[in-house]
Amino acid sequence: MTHQIIDEKKLIAQEKLNNPSLMRTIWREIKNDKMALGSLILFTIIVLTAYLSPLFIDQTALTRVNFLNVWKPPSLDNWLGTDDGGRDVFGQLMIGTRNSLTIGVCVTVLSGLFGLTYGLISGYYGGTVDNVLMRILEFLMVLPSLMFIIVFVVIVPNYNVVTFILIMSAFAWFGKARLIRSKAISERERDYINASKTLGTPGWKIMFFEMFPNLSSLVIVNMTLTLANNIGLETGLSFLGFGLPAGTPSLGTLISFATNPDIVKNKWWAWLPAALLILVMMLCINYIGQAVKRASDARQRLA
Amino acid sequence: MFKFILRRSLIMIPQLILLSLIIFMLAKAMPGDAVTGAFQGNPDATPEQIEKIREKFGLNDPWYVQYGRWIGKAVQGDFGMSYMHQQPVTNLLGGRVENTVLLSLFTLVVTYLIAIPLGIVAGRWTDTWADKMIVTYNYFAFATPLFVFALLMLYVFAFVLGWFPSGGSVDIRTEVGTWDYVVDKAKHLFLPVMSSALLATYGTVQYLRNDIIDQKINDYVKTARAKGVPEGKVYTRHILRNSLLPIAAFLGYEITGLISGSVFIEWIYSYPGLGQLFIQSINLRDFTVVTALVMISGAAVIIGTMLSDIILSIVDPRIRIE
Repeated sequence: MTHQIIDEKKLIAQEKLNNPSLMRTIWREIKNDKMALGSLILFTIIVLTAYLSPLFIDQTALTRVNFLNVWKPPSLDNWLGTDDGGRDVFGQLMIGTRNSLTIGVCVTVLSGLFGLTYGLISGYYGGTVDNVLMRILEFLMVLPSLMFIIVFVVIVPNYNVVTFILIMSAFAWFGKARLIRSKAISERERDYINASKTLGTPGWKIMFFEMFPNLSSLVIVNMTLTLANNIGLETGLSFLGFGLPAGTPSLGTLISFATNPDIVKNKWWAWLPAALLILVMMLCINYIGQAVKRASDARQRLA
Repeated sequence: MFKFILRRSLIMIPQLILLSLIIFMLAKAMPGDAVTGAFQGNPDATPEQIEKIREKFGLNDPWYVQYGRWIGKAVQGDFGMSYMHQQPVTNLLGGRVENTVLLSLFTLVVTYLIAIPLGIVAGRWTDTWADKMIVTYNYFAFATPLFVFALLMLYVFAFVLGWFPSGGSVDIRTEVGTWDYVVDKAKHLFLPVMSSALLATYGTVQYLRNDIIDQKINDYVKTARAKGVPEGKVYTRHILRNSLLPIAAFLGYEITGLISGSVFIEWIYSYPGLGQLFIQSINLRDFTVVTALVMISGAAVIIGTMLSDIILSIVDPRIRIE
């Protein structure tokens, strides 16, 4: 008996060696693509600096208004100058990056969960359920979501960061649901699902513990690519003034200085670094995302 | 064919009704109504008077009666009064609709003018340096957020170089109908149009490149080559006929992108269109205007999607659902 168990373990280990895990494949793919590797390193540096910044930046000093120090151009004291309240732009840039990234990740995870649940239910049950859910989804997808998000942001009572994340997530899962459903609908015909059904496993257990692991690579790819989108959307909304509540800096709030022609032209240090930083982050995330996408599809792999 | 068009148009009706219902519910949830607006700054009004006027406007009726009245008027183009401007919403929309349509139309034309040649070059000469450059450009177009790009364009071309005006739709000193007016309008349109068009090319280039690569190996192309058709004609007469048609059909879907894009573009270039009006109205909490704008945009997207589906089904009979 014991003999057999050891054999099985060996077999599993052998099998694992032959089929490297997704993370390992992704890493191999990134290592082989210089742009993706560069992006990953740059992005890691940005993330680390942003999240570790509270260690060396005095956050209370950042919110203190100092009228003697208004609109100072970049200097050794203030690397990126100061804004209309005499606050250090570089410090705000770091805090803003941290907030924008955190919100982007939250929205991505939350909308991923919505999309996953919706897509799995639709794909797993199929038939009428699928039909009804898909008609609803088709309708949701044609809504002008940017306008709806803005309207919700304005009319929601007790507006704060959590409600903002919820509102954004409520409009960010449509594409994901459709993608997962299209995959789940082919997965439900597989033998392992039928076998599990015959054994009497409850539907939710099959969906989340048996079907989902087989779709996980798809979900990971989609999530990396939509992370960039969500950060873009959040900063865009904050730029228009409908994003993070006042007092919580975001990259978008820094860029929103640029709605005044004088500031756009003469006080570029307030908004330009934030705009460029968003651009760099988007490009990095997308490069990494492309590598992840290739890794998940054996036909596209470069490595 | 006719059956499909009929069916597809009929799907639109419940969609429009559902959209209007959701927007109506939202409008009800928004603070303030026609009466609070009318009494703003008038402290003399007693609660009884307000109640009387509420009754007169029908604001005490059940919601479905109010909804029926609202939608009945909206269909005829009457979206009620703006609280802030104290004039019909329709008056506010006039002029701005043309501006936004003009902006969107030019953006579409420029997008296709850039995207189609690039897509063809990338698809025909795959893996050449030209293809690699186009793919890289396309990658940037996909990853760059519209508002960041528009701001950078504004900063570089309007402020640093000073080649173009930084905002507005036309200089008020020029006279309508003169050549100068047209030139000035074009100058004002150039940056907004380029900012959105340069990024909007993404989908078309990607589609066209992939489709041409797929078509290249088809039998009908081999046949044409075997007959001795010159390489140029293989593309113009055979491959492009198949590849370009669906692009015409994506036109309707583009409207969705243009509408959310117009909010950013018009705000950044202070271009007097519907997108700018939307942000201004929501900042002023002028909710009748907001409601009207969301309804118009939603309807435009629904109709655009329907047109796309119909054109697509004419072009490609395979997708006709029975």
